[in-house]
Amino acid sequence: MTQLRTWLTADTPSSRNHARAIQAYLSWRALASNPLTVIGLLIVIALVVFALLAPWIAPRSPIALDLTQRFIPPGAEYWFGTDEFGRDILSRVLYGARVTLYIVVLVAVTAAPVGLLVGTVAGYFGGWADVVLMRVTDIFLAFPRLILALAFVAALGPGIENAVLAIALTAWPPYARIARAETLTIRSSDFIAAVRLQGASGTRIILGHVVPLCSSSMIVRVTLDMAGVILTAAGLGFLGLGAQPPLSEWGAMVSSGRRYLLDFWWVATIPGLAIFTVSLGFNLLGDGLRDVLDPKSS
Amino acid sequence: MIEVENLTVTFGEGASAIRAVRGASFRVEQGETFGLVGESGSGKSTVLRALSGLNPDWTGAMKVDGQVLGQKRSKAFHKLVQMVFQDPYGSLHPRHTVDHVLAEPLAIHGMGDVDRRVETALAEVGLGPSFRFRYPHQLSGGQRQRVAIARALVLEPKVLLLDEPTSSLDVSVQAEILNLLQRLKRERGLTFMLVTHNLAVVAHMCDRLAVMNAGRIVEEMSVDELRRGAARHAYTLQLLNASLGYDRSKARELVTFE
Amino acid sequence: MTQSLLSVEGLHVRFHTTKGVVEAVRGISFEVGREKLGIVGESGSGKTMTGRSVLRLVRPPGEVVARRMTFDGVDLIGLSEVDMREIRGRRIAMVMQDPKFSLNPVMTVGSQIAEAYLVHHKVPAAQARQRTLDMLAAVKIRDPERVYGLYPHECSGGMGQCIMIAMMLIPDPDLLIADEPTSALDVTVQMQVLAILDDLVTQRGMGLMFISHDLNLVASFCDRVVIMYAGRIVETCRASELQNARHPYTRGLLASLPRIDRPVGDLSVLSRDPAWRDGPVFVDGEMRS
Repeated sequence: MTQLRTWLTADTPSSRNHARAIQAYLSWRALASNPLTVIGLLIVIALVVFALLAPWIAPRSPIALDLTQRFIPPGAEYWFGTDEFGRDILSRVLYGARVTLYIVVLVAVTAAPVGLLVGTVAGYFGGWADVVLMRVTDIFLAFPRLILALAFVAALGPGIENAVLAIALTAWPPYARIARAETLTIRSSDFIAAVRLQGASGTRIILGHVVPLCSSSMIVRVTLDMAGVILTAAGLGFLGLGAQPPLSEWGAMVSSGRRYLLDFWWVATIPGLAIFTVSLGFNLLGDGLRDVLDPKSS
Repeated sequence: MIEVENLTVTFGEGASAIRAVRGASFRVEQGETFGLVGESGSGKSTVLRALSGLNPDWTGAMKVDGQVLGQKRSKAFHKLVQMVFQDPYGSLHPRHTVDHVLAEPLAIHGMGDVDRRVETALAEVGLGPSFRFRYPHQLSGGQRQRVAIARALVLEPKVLLLDEPTSSLDVSVQAEILNLLQRLKRERGLTFMLVTHNLAVVAHMCDRLAVMNAGRIVEEMSVDELRRGAARHAYTLQLLNASLGYDRSKARELVTFE
Repeated sequence: MTQSLLSVEGLHVRFHTTKGVVEAVRGISFEVGREKLGIVGESGSGKTMTGRSVLRLVRPPGEVVARRMTFDGVDLIGLSEVDMREIRGRRIAMVMQDPKFSLNPVMTVGSQIAEAYLVHHKVPAAQARQRTLDMLAAVKIRDPERVYGLYPHECSGGMGQCIMIAMMLIPDPDLLIADEPTSALDVTVQMQVLAILDDLVTQRGMGLMFISHDLNLVASFCDRVVIMYAGRIVETCRASELQNARHPYTRGLLASLPRIDRPVGDLSVLSRDPAWRDGPVFVDGEMRS
């Protein structure tokens, strides 16, 4: 253990991977030194674990109806109680984590790279490329997220995929703007001039030099935005436009439980708490990441 | 080695256009160190950036090693001419290791034998193999500047453009870097073009120099003439006097040249 | 040296970091009279921290400890923050290296200078304006009326530094701490700025702490010089005697400078002796341990 620690804090790395390992270890230590960040990270890890293991850890089926067991309050048998059809809320929340994770991952892997690429290309090349790409960005920025989602659902029918598509289409323009602004400052730096003087192509400079510097602020931004994405997805579910029954989705669960809120508080409150906790987790993690990754602070 | 004929660099267009360099001409012989001296805004760095290909908005004629230069430069040109920048903190990518910095030009030009070349380049600038996998933030200013010099030399160029290479370093580190540059020049038969505001550095490094003011070359002289104070243009004389240290009576006589 | 204005004894500046305590200044003592005192050192020598600690501008995790630090009979260590603010700006002023970062970009330079005056003097605005124009003229700015209405970005580097000096000097301080005030300027502009500072010291009897890395400049401009190395003063001498300095560090620095007047083969490279950290120091050519 101590040997590993010495290896990870060495001043003179002996290979490329060693250097990377040291960097990763130092970033991890900086991240772990903030307790709130660790809480955020634990929440996000819990979301991933619960989502992946839902079929094995959920005590009951999330969709099996049992009308004899309706509205049982949280207790020893049903930890989170049951809903109006006698379904186990704990199992539904666990399966609901899968839907949430699915949305979050899909938005992150589509919107962030598109925004990063559009922003860096526009910023690095400037001129016509910049004008065209940024006007396209402006057009997408003008779409109201929820209304666009409603339009998509109206055109393509309700479903998670359409909700994700609507969220992703409206999520990338802010990333493009951030990436472009950062690229503009990076572009004029001497290390870019130096690599240009080596005869490097635009592609090489953007992918090898500009993107790595922009991507850390992008990660921070995406993490912070995830709370918003989860809330939008939940909102769509609440309106009945996201995941369709019997698939368990937190927003939809809140929506259906709302009718019984006064008599059976847990039906709507527990999925609501799940949304709250996961959003908070992403926000805490994002704040911590910003402190560690922001190139301006180091 | 370098021939520049009537070089004019203009920034902007129309009424707001600024002519940063106005009709500069000079020649640098093979194996020579040529200094370009002036104060901020004189256009000395702009000449260097136009020559290196970083600034395409120029008119005139430039030749390096017999080849006529266009606005766009070929890969062969970059192998021939390399540059060292002023700020050692800004000229290295903060997320790239020294190894990455030195291996990249080799990858761009498809040169093999990367490990050996990187290690040789490091050894030549006086950095041991222990520096190879460090990040810039683990290096001092002088060490960074050594890495920047190694990066410029790894492509084995014939011409090195030096843009104030020591002006952000401490004097003791400056001496080390200047000695290093002199040794590399001797060993490799390099041609240097040095841009600086520091006349003492020019006197130490150069064979000949040109003095620039407001975009024009006002005087070209040998370094012997500089040492004797044999300047013909009043601006050069004033610059020389101001560089010799503070003198109350001289400070009164300063004039602005246009 | 004339009568002492600032007297510092046993000054330490420590930084408490995760990796332990770093001592930037390690027990230095010096005095400043109504003169030009040069403080020379390389980056990391502690010269900037010395200047800042006099005004108590070292921020946490930095910590300033001194056996004694008096300014014109006032104990600077025991002073409350409120009283310190009265001293700062009014009696001791500071000029930094880059004027661009020290001026408010959305206020005209004239109103900034006038405000600096009004903070310490209860006078009508018109009088503050007149005083500002006089001050701009005093720092050799041509056409003060026009410059009064300029924004900082409309001024050149040299003009910006003169404006900074005018702003710092308008309350008529007794001591000016100038941290590399001319390093970002061209040599000819540097001469003009130094001439202004020179006049202020000789005519108004102000004290000047001139912090710089430039040995030649300090030798030609200042009255006395202290050389700092690794947080200590290793040598103190008259500026005119700097060429005859005795400490190996000072001598090494001088030898590593390229020269205009005669060619030198390779420049001599300073080899740092670990013994300098705590070894003997020199005062006016005499060794003290």
